Amino acid sequence: MAEKQFKIIAETGIHARPATLLVQAASKFDSDINLEYKGKKVNLKSIMGVMSLGVGQGADITISAVGGDEQEALASLEETLKKEGLA
Amino acid sequence: MNFLNGIAASSGIAIAKAYRLVEPDLTFTKKSIDNETVEIDRFRAALNQSKVELEGIRDKAKVELGADKAAIFEAHLLVLSDPELVSPIEDKVKTDKVNAEFALKETADMFVAMFESMDNEYMKERAADIRDVTKRVLSHLLGVQIVNPSMISEEVIIVAEDLTPSDTAQLNRQFVKGFTTDIGGRTSHSAIMARSMEIPAVVGTKTATEEIQNGDLVIVDGLNGQVYINPTAEEVERFKSEHAAFEAQKAEWAKLVNEQTVTSDGHHVELAANIGTPKDLKGVINNGGEGVGLYRTEFLYMGRDQLPTEEEQFESYKAVLEGMDGKPVVVRTLDIGGDKELPYLNLPKEMNPFLGFRAIRLCLEEQDMFRTQLRALLRASVYGNLKIMFPMIATLSEFRQGKAILEEERQKLQAEGVAVSEKIELGIMVEIPSTAVIADQFAKEVDFFSIGTNDLIQYTMAADRMNERVSYLYQPYNPAILRLVKMVIDAAHKEGKWAGMCGEMAGDEQAIPVLLGLGLDEFSMSATSILKARSQIRNLSKADMEALASEVLQMSTTEEVLEAVAKATQR
Repeated sequence: MAEKQFKIIAETGIHARPATLLVQAASKFDSDINLEYKGKKVNLKSIMGVMSLGVGQGADITISAVGGDEQEALASLEETLKKEGLA
Repeated sequence: MNFLNGIAASSGIAIAKAYRLVEPDLTFTKKSIDNETVEIDRFRAALNQSKVELEGIRDKAKVELGADKAAIFEAHLLVLSDPELVSPIEDKVKTDKVNAEFALKETADMFVAMFESMDNEYMKERAADIRDVTKRVLSHLLGVQIVNPSMISEEVIIVAEDLTPSDTAQLNRQFVKGFTTDIGGRTSHSAIMARSMEIPAVVGTKTATEEIQNGDLVIVDGLNGQVYINPTAEEVERFKSEHAAFEAQKAEWAKLVNEQTVTSDGHHVELAANIGTPKDLKGVINNGGEGVGLYRTEFLYMGRDQLPTEEEQFESYKAVLEGMDGKPVVVRTLDIGGDKELPYLNLPKEMNPFLGFRAIRLCLEEQDMFRTQLRALLRASVYGNLKIMFPMIATLSEFRQGKAILEEERQKLQAEGVAVSEKIELGIMVEIPSTAVIADQFAKEVDFFSIGTNDLIQYTMAADRMNERVSYLYQPYNPAILRLVKMVIDAAHKEGKWAGMCGEMAGDEQAIPVLLGLGLDEFSMSATSILKARSQIRNLSKADMEALASEVLQMSTTEEVLEAVAKATQR
């Protein structure tokens, strides 16, 4: 399992556009990918799951991936977070 | 049958293909199924069709509206492939052996309820996205088509049961050449919108949505109130030449664009326009409007899912004031309720919405909303000649409360160092008989009156203007109405104030002579009526019309009045 923690710095948190981009990025991989926030874990390939967490500015989140392409998946998600100024 | 009779709501002739703006029937029943594989395949096929459709809409929105506006469809696409939505639906079909429609609705409703229960406004709105997506998939399961008027990309004539203000707000003016509806009259919103968009319309055809199919060639004759379905080649030719004749008449009137509105004996009146959005300004200027007599701000609030911000409102008001370049602009504060609903305010349904909690009544109660609008107006006031008008005033106390709130906001802004114009006139719409009757008392406190005849007539005659069975009571020329109008004008003049009119009657060929005689100062109408009215007024004498007015005030029926008007204007 690959896992990494991030701190969300974007003012809007993970809202519409960022959530869309993260889910799109996660959906490209075969691994099971989860997003954990405040003890609640959701499928990062689920837009409704991600948005239901209501991740705001300053939140500490954990992304974990399990599967054949777990390393690539995590790297790609990290890149998306950075590129979008989210974390 | 190849033609329908209706009510001519907006003049001109349009020939184009029909586009039915009809909400599809998405009702279904819960069914038990035997073969879940077939049912799941059916569901997946509907999902795929929805995806293809949404991708098309997204790509088009990107080109026409920009990536920002297209993002919403990107999110909708993700909802369609969301494993947390799709798997439970398929599981439900398998384990409960129910039809896909039912499994979809049940699962989606659960998510809708979840998002709606969140205390974050943004999350609450996501419920609407899920509903939207569900409707689309459901439409494919049921084999019906859902409509998306904002994506129309060729010239069309809109065919609908009725057009709500939010429907019309979404219509692309470039492609919508005309419209026809089953219900409505000259003063219904669809008719008013058609005139403000300057497109021909025939309303109240009763059966347009039954008789007209998507893609039928349709002629909308907004001059005679008729609609032709799949006309013959000769009919098309005939209407093309009528269209040309109408355009020629308009060209004749167009010569008066920069002329004064002065009677043959030298009396000047102001011809202003009624508008709904800053987009209507072009029409006002092209038609030689001397001002905006009624800016209906409710359109800023419609066709969206939350209140417009102070900043958004400020930008719209500023655009209108600057666009009119110092000419008067009368802005009516929010007039919602009655036939104009705002779903996101969650107001309870009323038995008699026209007599209920609407307009100023609502604003004095929901003060945050009212104050936001007033602040935006005050801030915009320095960009032109702003006049503010409260709608639906029934008592002096309502006017005083509204005025006090306006003054508070003015002081707050000035304390913040924001510039506010010192000479903003504050007036009221006169549309409730109680106000017309004591107009002399109001005139001491207001800066102006604007008579809203559509409502004044319905309240005076006690006849719902949305009810076709009592439409014979919509009588602008009834002496009872004319006497009320006279009371209002006289009261204003006695206090040195001005009186205008912003209802349909102000642009009515048969009413104008009498109104001129009664001394009306400002006539506010659809922009497209201005040049015709100017041409008419320039051929009338104020003195003659005064004689006509005092004559008709002593009459007892509409028919007598119309006869006298005809006689007096034939000379």
